[in-house]
Amino acid sequence: MSRESSDSKPIAEVRVGPDLFHALCWVASALAVATLAWIIYEIVTSAWPAIQKFGFGFLGSSSWVPNREVFGVFPFIVGTVASSFIAILFAFPLGLAIAIFLSENFLPAPVRQVIRFVVEMLAAIPSVVFGLWGIFVVIPIIKIFGDWAVKNLGGVPIFSGPAYGNSMLTASVVLALMILPTVTAISRNALTAVPKTLREGAYALGATRWEAILGVILPTAAPGVVAATILALGRAMGETMAVAMLIGNSSRLSWSLLSPGGTLAGLLANQFGEAEGLQVNSLMYAALILVVITLFVNVLGELVLRYTQSQTAGIR
Amino acid sequence: MTEDAARSSATQTPGRPDFLTVRNFDFFYGKKQALFDINMDIPEKRVTAFIGPSGCGKSTLLRNFNRMNELIEGVHYSGDIKLLGQSIYNKEVEVIALRRSIGMVFQKSNPFPKSIYENIVYGLRISGEKKKSVLDEAVERSLRGAALWDEVKDRLHESALGLSGGQMQRLCIARAIANRPKVLLMDEPCSALDPIATVKVEELIHELKQEFTIVIVTHNMQQATRCSDKTAFFYLGKLIEYAETQKIFSNPGQKQTEDYITGRFG
Repeated sequence: MSRESSDSKPIAEVRVGPDLFHALCWVASALAVATLAWIIYEIVTSAWPAIQKFGFGFLGSSSWVPNREVFGVFPFIVGTVASSFIAILFAFPLGLAIAIFLSENFLPAPVRQVIRFVVEMLAAIPSVVFGLWGIFVVIPIIKIFGDWAVKNLGGVPIFSGPAYGNSMLTASVVLALMILPTVTAISRNALTAVPKTLREGAYALGATRWEAILGVILPTAAPGVVAATILALGRAMGETMAVAMLIGNSSRLSWSLLSPGGTLAGLLANQFGEAEGLQVNSLMYAALILVVITLFVNVLGELVLRYTQSQTAGIR
Repeated sequence: MTEDAARSSATQTPGRPDFLTVRNFDFFYGKKQALFDINMDIPEKRVTAFIGPSGCGKSTLLRNFNRMNELIEGVHYSGDIKLLGQSIYNKEVEVIALRRSIGMVFQKSNPFPKSIYENIVYGLRISGEKKKSVLDEAVERSLRGAALWDEVKDRLHESALGLSGGQMQRLCIARAIANRPKVLLMDEPCSALDPIATVKVEELIHELKQEFTIVIVTHNMQQATRCSDKTAFFYLGKLIEYAETQKIFSNPGQKQTEDYITGRFG
């Protein structure tokens, strides 16, 4: 009975679904592009006075003195890039190791499930909580390590004293934990997506488990691991609250990891509320630089991903 | 004459009838029994085909010869399998060494995402071979052995993933024989290939049996008749009949075999 009635529906009515869906897709994608363009337009217009006044010198100058209306963000660019790369240095090996353990059967499946859940839950912790945890837990530990390092490794520029609690190293360690779920989850997906046939092929040629992992499985999963790292890097660069709470927000440049530093995101968060006049324009200029850097990182990531994928096309 | 000397002199003679032997072999996936009391002798430098409907246990038995089934959790077995009189489950036989002496070609070709050259030398590299001359020689020998040399000799260092489906499967055969195995296991090697590529692989099997003992699982009965010397028919985990291929297909001894090869079931 119901089938008869649906059969007798006019053809035109059936087409409404796909057409509407088509239109919705267009609107949604246009909206996404338009939002990005709008944000950049807003930032550029508000930054314009500062751009006119300081030009590219803004990127290379190290003085940020609001009272005298002198602004330059070089230390904050360095701090953004350095803290993110140091965080990746910690998070990449750890995250990849966890991903390997989670994708292989070294541990019983229920244990793996628990570890996976816990690591992914790290992503659910609010940034400000990470910041508080950093203040109460990481800073005291870094302080102890810092005093030891200054005494014993003080000759190395990155460990020169005095050691502060609020430092580049503290911020990087907490950042590393914050991006660990990104590295782990995406790498794990890439590893488990390696076809079973490749694994078997390696074993059938007499490979041990580690030979199979290092020689065949990891290289095959490399595009995904690269993507994981770059996405994590992007996240670390834009991370604001925890970093602003831990890095010390200093505009003084230092080689030492134990000295305070600053990031672009931290600068914006700290100063925007009380800024006026040219300082607002300068902060918007800093925001523009941050957007350009993160866009660049993500585009680079896409390109690397596409290149590595084209190298492994045809095996999936 | 010592036993070892007797054994090695026996291997010199082509056509040792009990090259690979299976005795009272049962196999279980967890509680489910997949193979029931299998007994068979696989002859040296012959092609032995395993046929039977899906789920009959033919692939399971094949994957026991190089202990690939051990990668699955919860499997166990009873009985024994011997290669040249020595149990493959013997504590002294490392599974790594066993897999180097028993090569395997899979249903779906599985070249690694590396160059053609690196695919072939993978087995040698992991066994510690570093000399370039040895590796180069192995690449040419294996590719010639797999009838692929002329097609790829000018692009050995290009990705193996740029080859056609049939070439990829022959590359996998080349990769397996680069280890100079005693036995070559083939698990439905042509099921994903077009007819022309299939003919090439079948011709290759003919060539390879001069040097290797071959066991091939196939769903294609014409393939079994074309390229095997002996055929084993499996059904529901049991070895129903095992004889010369010609006899199996012209004058089967069992009703079930006859029903299967004439297409009445399966």
